[in-house]
Formats: sequence, structure tokens, C-alpha cells
Amino acid sequence: MSVNELFKQDLKVINMGLESFYEELRSQDVDTIHVDWKPAAGGDKKMASLLGRLKGL
Amino acid sequence: MIQSIVRKNAYYDSVTLMLISREMKSIEGVEEVLVGMGTELNLDLVRNLKMFDANLEDVTPNDLFIAAKFNDELVTMEQLVNSFDEQINRKKEASAGDYRPPTLRSAIDHLGGANLVQISIPGQYAAEEAETALKAGLHVMMFSDNVSIKDELRLKQVAVEKGLLMMGPDCGTAIINGVPLCFANVVSKGRIGLVGASGTGTQEITVRIDQLGEGLSQVIGTGGRDLREEIGGLMMIQGIEALLKDPETDVIVLVSKPPHPTVEKKIVDLVKQADKPVVIDFIGGDAASIIAAGATPCVSLEDAARKAVALLRGEKAEDFDGFDAPEEEIEKLVSDAASTLAADQKYLRALYTGGTLADEAIKYLGENYPIYSNIPLTPDRALANLGGLEGHICLDLGEDEFTRGRPHPMIDPLTRTEFFKTHVDGSTAVVLVDVVIGYGSHEDPAGAVAESVNAARERLLAENKDLVVVASVTGTDKDPQDLAQSIATLERAGIIVMPSNAQAVRLVGRIMDKIGA
Repeated sequence: MSVNELFKQDLKVINMGLESFYEELRSQDVDTIHVDWKPAAGGDKKMASLLGRLKGL
Repeated sequence: MIQSIVRKNAYYDSVTLMLISREMKSIEGVEEVLVGMGTELNLDLVRNLKMFDANLEDVTPNDLFIAAKFNDELVTMEQLVNSFDEQINRKKEASAGDYRPPTLRSAIDHLGGANLVQISIPGQYAAEEAETALKAGLHVMMFSDNVSIKDELRLKQVAVEKGLLMMGPDCGTAIINGVPLCFANVVSKGRIGLVGASGTGTQEITVRIDQLGEGLSQVIGTGGRDLREEIGGLMMIQGIEALLKDPETDVIVLVSKPPHPTVEKKIVDLVKQADKPVVIDFIGGDAASIIAAGATPCVSLEDAARKAVALLRGEKAEDFDGFDAPEEEIEKLVSDAASTLAADQKYLRALYTGGTLADEAIKYLGENYPIYSNIPLTPDRALANLGGLEGHICLDLGEDEFTRGRPHPMIDPLTRTEFFKTHVDGSTAVVLVDVVIGYGSHEDPAGAVAESVNAARERLLAENKDLVVVASVTGTDKDPQDLAQSIATLERAGIIVMPSNAQAVRLVGRIMDKIGA
């Protein structure tokens, strides 16, 4: 969807990270969902990069 | 006593944890407490605070820890943990019932028709998630920083190829289809579109447009590095092209620090072809190429707003470098302010939470006065070179050096409150502050400033001295904190509130001239 098509739609937002940003969108009745995000592979950098490569396959 | 506990695989975002840490610090008997995820940065902070113990040896970024230094006659670790649980449960209860998918992909499946992903996870993970979003055809707003310039380039190239917005990394402000994202104000809908590479610069322009009675069609953020040579202005160009095509936009405003010359040329070439008026504030940059492109240069953020409004109304866009109030009124303000100061009160303390607003102050006042800063005009004016408090200081308190392990001062006023205590003394003449309200910001930044000013005045009373404090509020009457209420709070504390940052800075310049600072 191009930028100009986006301008014609209602905003539907996926929020990842700071929960306060999600709460503020919700308080404005914006259609939104918050991802219960955690670092991949428990924050283990080596494992995460391995997972990243597998996902790229 | 120093103690810590670790909870394996319990993830919470950094701002939530920093705000809880702060609450816990106010418990009687607690000397220091840090609640965080086991990242290297957080563990460094624990070591610096000398609270590292064996419990923390195997902690990972996916584990939560609480480390505390406390008087065990007054409080126990168990009580501290209970306090944490109470606060986190309160948060959970507030959002009970919402389904929270574990991954971006499951969120895309769950929220049918999602069109934008807002990312504020730690920088080292942010690029991968953004790429997933872009490849799924979603626009991205990325507040996360610490993303490499190489990743930024790659993400923006993918976005351009797919015709998507990749706002950021380190993008704090956007308003898309009337919805303020991250740090943004509630402004009227209107026919001025904006592309901004600087967050509070964008906020200041949008609120002034709103106050002048016009509104915004779209506000696109690019992140602060977009106009560097390496990125080549990819998102600013994408934004300009979209606004040129947008039937709801009649005038375009661009705001950024001065771009790299090669990037400036690309933008200017694009603007030359524009069939809509374009107002450009390359803060402190050269006006000649802007004029040559048939666009309108600006002398301040407020000036950009005024010119955009004038062009929209078919009026002439003239430089505005004065005051809304008549000259007699300004002269009286300056004289009254100067008369409250003792002969040895000479120095400026400009304590900013907004980086672009601080930049605007330094560039203006730096023409006539040596201003020491963490973002100095020249390296010899670096704050470290001042050594003490005898000199003019203007700080951007949102820079990394002041925000390690604590939220940005726009979210939590604590950093500025501390600077009021340490940097405002009997030699201070004028304090200059910004008060940025709107979504993302603290619930009452004006109240926090008023408290700091009252406390500073009380301290100076012992020396029989007073202070001059000048502020401006970046906000609108539609913001949750409310502009009128914020102004009233400041004025009750004897603070002079000017209608814009530019006018506040100019007034401070006049007061400094008057007292021979």
C-alpha cells in the first residue's frame, strides 16, 4: 500500500515496545494491538543471529 | 544492605521499569534501587552504583532484576519486591482483557488490515522487526535508536522500493491521518503537510500552525540522520513526493538541521519542480539555495509556521523576528525583569528537554554571547570547558549523556529537576525552559517546572535574591495536558510565558543585553 493510499485509510497500528505508546493510541480510540515482545533467543546474541539466518532461509 | 533478585524470562519495557524504579526509590529506607532487564547497559549501571552481587552473574537480557541498596532497619527486600509486584499488577489490570500476540507476524494476522507498525524496542532488535514489517507491506514508525546507519539505509531502501514510509530510526514525532504517534500534539486537521527530521522542531511548528488557526494534513518524520550523505534523504524525498501528490495538502513545510550538501541539492532539485509552495527551515542553514529553488527559507521554527500559514492564505510570507506583544510591553517586561536581579547575577541557564528547541536557542543567543553546552556551536564552548558555573549554559537534557538508565526528560522531568538544584545558584540571572506537552510527554511538565522554580527561589531567598524565568509551551488546547492550564501553572509560579520558543529566546537575549550579562 503506497503512502498516498495510507493517507486515505483509517490508521491501524501494531505497537512493539513501550506500552505507554500503545495506551495513548488506545485512549484516542485508534485501532491498535500491542505485541508482547521479548528478545529472540532470550537475548542470546549468537543464538538470535542463528535464528535470524534460519528465518531468512 | 545490598541485595538483588532475578526473575527469569520476565520481560517489561524500559520506560515502565524506570518509572517503577523511581517510585521504589521514594520508599523510606531505600538509598538506591534499579529495576531493569539484564542488558549490558543496565548491568553497567548496577556496577557503577556498586550494587552488583553474585545473583546477577548469569542474568540475561530476557531476565528481570531488582537491585537495591537500603537500610534494613527500615525496609526489607521482600517489601521492595512486593512494591514492584503491586505496581506491575496495577499496570496489568489496567490493560486486562487485551489480547497481546507474542510476535509481529501473529499481530499482523490478528489485527486485520494493520497498516503501520510503531517500534520502540531496544535498538539491536529493532531493524529485524522493521524489515519484517516492511516486507509485509506495512509502514513503519521507529522510535528506537542505536540502529546502525547501514541498517537504516537498508530499511529505507526496502521502504522506497515498496513505496512505504520508514520513519526513523530515532523518529519521535509524526501525525498520520490525524493520529499523533509517539511524541506529538493534537493539532487541527488542515492543508499544511510537513516532513521533519527533528522531533521537537516538528512539534513546535505544528502547534504554532494550530494556534494561528490552520491545521496539518500529514506530518511525516524521517529520523535525525535521514539528510546525512549516507542515507541521502531517502525518507524526506519519499515524504515530499507523497505530499506533492496528496490532494489534501496545499503547502509543504520541511524542517531539519542543515543537510549534507549533496542531499540538500537533491531536495532542492525536487522542490524546484514542486507545484505547491514549500517552506524550508534547515535550522541555521544557508538560505540562498532555498530561495534559488523558489522555496521560502525561515529564521525560526515559529517563522516556518507563520510563513506556511501566510502562503496557504495567499498572503506574503515575511520574516518574523519580533514579538506578538507591542514593543512597549516587551520593554517593560525586560526592565521589570532586570530590576529584580542583583549586580552579581549574570548568567543564563537554559535547561531544555527538546533538542531542536535547545539548538534554536544556542544558535540565536550564541551570536552575541559565549554559550556553553553539551551541543555547542563550536568545540571550545563544550560544557566541560566551562569547569564551573560562571558562564552561560544551554543544555539539551534529552541527549544520551543525561538519559542513561532513565527516561527522556520529556517523559520524566527528574533530570531537569536535578539540574535546577545543581546549576541554578546566586550567580544565575535568567532561566530559560521549554515545556513540551502532547502525547508521549509527562502528564504535567509545567507543574514540575513550577515546583523547581519555587524551590530555587526559596533557596535564593537566603541570599536575598530572585530569579527571572522565561518559558514557552509547545502544545495546543487539544493536548491532554491542555495548553491554557500549563500556561496558568507556569504564570502562577511567576514565570514569564512567551508565545513561542523563538520569542522566549529573543526576550532572554533582550534581558541579557539589559543587564550587561
